[in-house]
Amino acid sequence: MIRTFLAACAIAFALPASAGLDIQEVTSPGGITAWLVEDHNIPFTALEIQFRGGTSIDNPDKRGAVNLMTALIEEGAGAMDSLAFAEARDALAAEFAFDANADSVGVSARFLTENRDQALALLREALVNPRFDQDAIDRVREQVLSILRADAKDPEAIAANTFDRLAFGDHPYGSDGSGTAGTVAALTRDDMLAAHQGALARDRIHVAVAGDITAAELGPLLDRLLGDLPAAGAPLPPRADWLLPAGVTIVDFPSPQSTVRFGHVGIPREDPDFFAAFILNEAMGGGRFTARLMTEIRENRGLTYGIGSFLVGLDQAEMYLGQFSASNDKVAEAIAVLRAEWSRIATEGLTPEELAATQTFLTGAYPLRFNGNGAIARILVGMQLEGLPIDHPVTRNARIEAVTLDDTRRVARRLFQPEALHFVIVGQPTGL
Amino acid sequence: MPGPIPLPGRTGATAALVLALALPAAAEPVTSFTLDNGLQVVVIEDHRAAVAIQMVWYRVGSADEPPGRSGIAHFVEHLMFQGTDTVAPNEFSAIVEAQGGTDNAFVSWDFTAFFQRVAADRLDLVMGLEADRMHNLRLQEAEVATERQVILEERGQMVDGNPGALLSEQMRAAQFQNHPYGLPIIGWRHEMEQLSLDDARAFYERFYAPNNAILVIAGDVDPVAIRALAERHYGPIAPDPDIAPRMRPQEPPQLAERRITLADARVSEPYVLRTYLAPERDPGNQQEAAALTVLAELLGGNSQTSVLPQALQFESRTAVHAAAFYNGTMIDDATFGLIVVPAPGISLATAEAEMDRVIAAFLQAGPDPEALARIRTQVRAAEIYARDDVTARARRYGEGLSIGLTLHDIQSWDEALAAVTEADIMAAATRVFDRRNAVTGWLTRPEPAPDAPEEATE
Repeated sequence: MIRTFLAACAIAFALPASAGLDIQEVTSPGGITAWLVEDHNIPFTALEIQFRGGTSIDNPDKRGAVNLMTALIEEGAGAMDSLAFAEARDALAAEFAFDANADSVGVSARFLTENRDQALALLREALVNPRFDQDAIDRVREQVLSILRADAKDPEAIAANTFDRLAFGDHPYGSDGSGTAGTVAALTRDDMLAAHQGALARDRIHVAVAGDITAAELGPLLDRLLGDLPAAGAPLPPRADWLLPAGVTIVDFPSPQSTVRFGHVGIPREDPDFFAAFILNEAMGGGRFTARLMTEIRENRGLTYGIGSFLVGLDQAEMYLGQFSASNDKVAEAIAVLRAEWSRIATEGLTPEELAATQTFLTGAYPLRFNGNGAIARILVGMQLEGLPIDHPVTRNARIEAVTLDDTRRVARRLFQPEALHFVIVGQPTGL
Repeated sequence: MPGPIPLPGRTGATAALVLALALPAAAEPVTSFTLDNGLQVVVIEDHRAAVAIQMVWYRVGSADEPPGRSGIAHFVEHLMFQGTDTVAPNEFSAIVEAQGGTDNAFVSWDFTAFFQRVAADRLDLVMGLEADRMHNLRLQEAEVATERQVILEERGQMVDGNPGALLSEQMRAAQFQNHPYGLPIIGWRHEMEQLSLDDARAFYERFYAPNNAILVIAGDVDPVAIRALAERHYGPIAPDPDIAPRMRPQEPPQLAERRITLADARVSEPYVLRTYLAPERDPGNQQEAAALTVLAELLGGNSQTSVLPQALQFESRTAVHAAAFYNGTMIDDATFGLIVVPAPGISLATAEAEMDRVIAAFLQAGPDPEALARIRTQVRAAEIYARDDVTARARRYGEGLSIGLTLHDIQSWDEALAAVTEADIMAAATRVFDRRNAVTGWLTRPEPAPDAPEEATE
């Protein structure tokens, strides 16, 4: 079945018809669904696949199995060892990337129209028939261990891992999905096979495609690419409880600067107040120079090079996080300013001017995201992971614009919890 | 990863250089013209989405700074957001953001660039803003003092907090014995602390002028309409008659290799990094740079199939990572780099010896014809993939033109890469791998000595 409609992005701007986004829902004969945007201007196709679950399906004593397995997908498949597979891929000038995070395993591919079938046949071998040769396991394991050693001395990684551990404890969200030196060293080929069966299954697939391919061509390709994966994968993790009370955790680290990660609980994506919270965060700590934190802490006081905050929506938890770096002797002042801003917005909400400016920015920036096949495929698969409907691009700006000043004041009291903020500081801060 | 990376601008976003192998498409609609005041304009059409990008590239970078003022080029880039006669400090970004647009800037040794990404029908507004600060920048003591703190924090975050960045900074200082490429783009801290409003004003007045700039407009735009907009906004700005070709002090013949060890407690993975002085792309003459680009790709551009990873990660298992890199898009001398991160238990001395063994073997055996054929295929595909990213295309033109390449040089770069022969690669390799031109850096931990078996117990 092919269902087509026009998802025009022309809400904030009068875009020409060519900029409309025609998202088709394509269902293969075998029942795999993909969202497709056809664009035949350039002879290549971008493909994004996400398998829900990710590193959080790891058995605790096999922590890091999904991550290592994902890194091994391109290290040999079917009759090809690692080198033969890479040479075959490069000879087609196809590009494949594989990535595991807490909630999903992702596949990004782009391939030329002229050898599309060969490229997808190769990708199919990697996804369905990975070899997991022992020498490849041992070599890639050393790379993972090397990254773990680097993270152990990287202040940003230390801050993030410390915050996650304090917030989520024994839940998979509380530890690094790459595993520990101990668990990674113990992983076996059988663990890779089990992780592959558990993570790459048809009951958790989301697919988005953009570029030089028609819906009629895509359907059968989906079955050839993904139809031989197992029907069902490993169970998804339970809901993650938030364990982190207010406070300050200092991790001693010899550096002239401190890296600070801060936050408290967030708000679910499906909450009716999510759009108000989204606007509030953009005004407070969005990636713009006019956001409040950037203005007060960087532009007015020069205490940092950059500061931002983020609403993090995981499948099983919500966080409201932020991060910055500051000289050890300035971090106390930066935190004091930040606490004051957190209290001020909780009490006062936004000004009418801020609300209007933020709405204009968000609605204006949205259509600019859809530029290029790669960007469109990534957006569409992300929408599926977040559970958004296929017409989200049509309704999204109207929902941003529907948020009122009263909404932001009401939701600010709920979202910003100055009494709940926890700061993880990696460095040697003074005056705290 | 070490390598020539221009400083990101006002955000933490990494502004990595466009990959040398990502090419402009031959048939793309690109229009160029020059205004009477000397401003060169390039229009790149991509009508797939109603998005437009404006970039202004100034032919000035950190290698053009006066002695003792390292970091002033980057500081002025920051101060370009601090207001004009009619736009208040930080209002520039606020106006762009109010339209849903984004903006930023970046600096390298050879150029300073400012860009905005907006809906195509908002180009008029951002062209007016960018033209305004080309000649009306207003600097005030309060903003200068605060922004100086910001760049010092930036140095703290990007360089002082990162032992790998410190090693690269030290190696560059050793690599260039006379050329200002040896100075860090962000500046030495003791000089950054002294940068004044007068320094900034003098630098701005000397280098910011229409006849020292390139305007690149890309996206869903019409060249005829852009010409009219450019005439209206930029046309009235007077050229600066004192703008002259950039003549920097050049390198003398380098007679002795240099070795640097940087020990830092924050190092987790020691590595050996080597850079060689290498020829750059020159107008009308980029064949050797093309050969070096392909050489870097063959030796270490692919983490599975290229020569160094194959030999050190797959065969001898002495490394967890090995790569080669080269960026020839420079006005003066470029560098060719090799890096090896040894496997646990392997000393830096062994890793370096292994690296040299593989290079020596390559110089004997030459490139694998099949590997070269794959790279040619990828070069051709890169032309197609590159058409999907109009921002990257705009950068390629701006970067090339700002260092003095011609449109023809930029558009024929893919042909130059495709034309590289095995003999070209061997000639370029033989010439570049001269240890007298090399700096070898070891990044290690302070205790015990770098050779000690302590690495094995990690």
